[in-house]
Amino acid sequence: MAMKQSVGKRAGVTVLAWVVGFLIFFPILWTFLTSFKTELDAIAMPPKFLFFHWTLENYAEVQSRSNYLHFAFNSIALSIGANVIGLLISVPAAWSMAFAPGKRTKDLLMWMLSTKMMPAVGVLVPIYLLFRDLHLLDSLWGIGFVLMMLNLPLLIWMLYTYFKEIPVDILEAARMDGASLLSEILYVLTPMAIPGIASTMLIAIILSWNEAFWTLNLATSNAAPLTAFIASYSAPEGFFWAKLSSASTLAIAPILILGWFSQKQLVRGLTFGAVK
Amino acid sequence: MGSIQLKSVKKSFGAINVINNVDLDIKNGEFAVFVGPSGCGKSTLLRLIAGLEDVTSGAVLIDGKDATNVGPSKRGLAMVFQSYALYPHMSVRGNIAFALKMAGEKAAAIDQKVRKAASTLNLTDYLDRKPRQLSGGQRQRVAIGRAIVREPKAFLFDEPLSNLDAALRVQMRVEIGELHNALATTMIYVTHDQVEAMTMADKIVVLDRGSVAQVGSPLDLYNRPNGLFVAGFIGSPTMNLIRGALAEKRGAATIGIRPEHADVSTTAGEWPATVRLAEHLGSDTFVHADADGIGALTLRLEGEAPLKPDQRIFVTPREANLHKFDKDGRRIN
Repeated sequence: MAMKQSVGKRAGVTVLAWVVGFLIFFPILWTFLTSFKTELDAIAMPPKFLFFHWTLENYAEVQSRSNYLHFAFNSIALSIGANVIGLLISVPAAWSMAFAPGKRTKDLLMWMLSTKMMPAVGVLVPIYLLFRDLHLLDSLWGIGFVLMMLNLPLLIWMLYTYFKEIPVDILEAARMDGASLLSEILYVLTPMAIPGIASTMLIAIILSWNEAFWTLNLATSNAAPLTAFIASYSAPEGFFWAKLSSASTLAIAPILILGWFSQKQLVRGLTFGAVK
Repeated sequence: MGSIQLKSVKKSFGAINVINNVDLDIKNGEFAVFVGPSGCGKSTLLRLIAGLEDVTSGAVLIDGKDATNVGPSKRGLAMVFQSYALYPHMSVRGNIAFALKMAGEKAAAIDQKVRKAASTLNLTDYLDRKPRQLSGGQRQRVAIGRAIVREPKAFLFDEPLSNLDAALRVQMRVEIGELHNALATTMIYVTHDQVEAMTMADKIVVLDRGSVAQVGSPLDLYNRPNGLFVAGFIGSPTMNLIRGALAEKRGAATIGIRPEHADVSTTAGEWPATVRLAEHLGSDTFVHADADGIGALTLRLEGEAPLKPDQRIFVTPREANLHKFDKDGRRIN
């Protein structure tokens, strides 16, 4: 009897999980399907789910109208570049907070986190003006810098959490073995924290890839990533849903594939898993 | 070379004084053991010598040179941690070679030294394994290998055997003792186990609440403890301490008698008592008894003593082996 109940319960939970999973996935699926529709089918009422005229013309049109590779390159350069530089800053920062904390370390961590609580639009005008005067508008370096700064609190927080789980004895052993601070971080701490660093980087890269507020406001063409590529398909005179969908599909495909292949690391990163 | 001196060393964490004015002189080649109950500051004292903690005041001298402000990596000391603290991502070879790499030695020299250390410690077959693939005893050997390969001025051991099972602990104790004989390098060893202290040390430093209670050879401390703390801490089973009229009769506030320094008779003697429990170890018998008007006594009799619970016995302490202490707990005889 109890066995039956638990099987029933498990089946229920499984169905519920699938339903929730499908609901979350549905917008992506719908975008993907819409990208193969004609503009007419895309706005048809009632909506056409699978039985419509499948076409690749949206992709051809998007490709001919704009240079996908240019935007894709910018997205890759920005999301990887910004976070690699961020990593170089956040590893030593997290080291000092985890292993040589001062009286105000906790306050400092909270303060860094608090910067994420402010709406970005609150500093748009000053940053825009600064960028204009420094000639950083529409430059990869300028936007990369902003993306790095945006993720820095997250990088430091996540690495700090990972580093806290590394036994300090091992770092002290390295010191006793004659390792300098740099060697200690480079040869002992970093290799031990590789799983944590990988998950952190993955999440940071995904966030940078999807970041739209600053990239849309500070870049127009040269340094514009895929977010700008998508946005260029929403025009004041109305949406071209099918073309917008194919642009979106193209924009999210690389990061979706990356996420798919690194699921394990991602889940681990999101749950702040152990180092061991 | 590897003499270590501490001069008026103090350490406080915030308002809490962990080490109070410790003066200590450890000679080159000596095996010194820091022993004391948990929280007495023995590990902190070792970490101050290692440079892993900064002294609040006072000085640490290594080979006569002031090393107080020298970082741990520059002191030339090697440390074996309680948790072993092996580098989990490196092979046994990598672990042992790490310090040599940091010192910038050539690959050929490193390889030769690693092999030599590995063969000394029976680790040759395990050089390519990771620490997680080793047993506790093997990990301990790797930790020691990592220390000896550098030929340090002194070895610091922080309770290195406390994670091993009893049989392995005895074996490793012997191995560390033999290592000390072979290398003749200064060793400082922290333990809370007074058997380890007694069996391994040339010099025992007994610590009590951050201060040195007594320094001396194991038998010095055993035969002439300078106070109640050391008397009660060194020796197993512990010394019987008796207060009151019996002590005053002998001109002391407290008298102490070790379990093996009393004669037991079933017919006549100074202190009548009742056997509570007799532990038969074969070579010895430990007798736990309640002496009339005194309280619990522990006695150690050679061989197999045919004593049973509730039996009446008479205990006579040997006057020559009596320890006398004044009301402040200091030795007076």
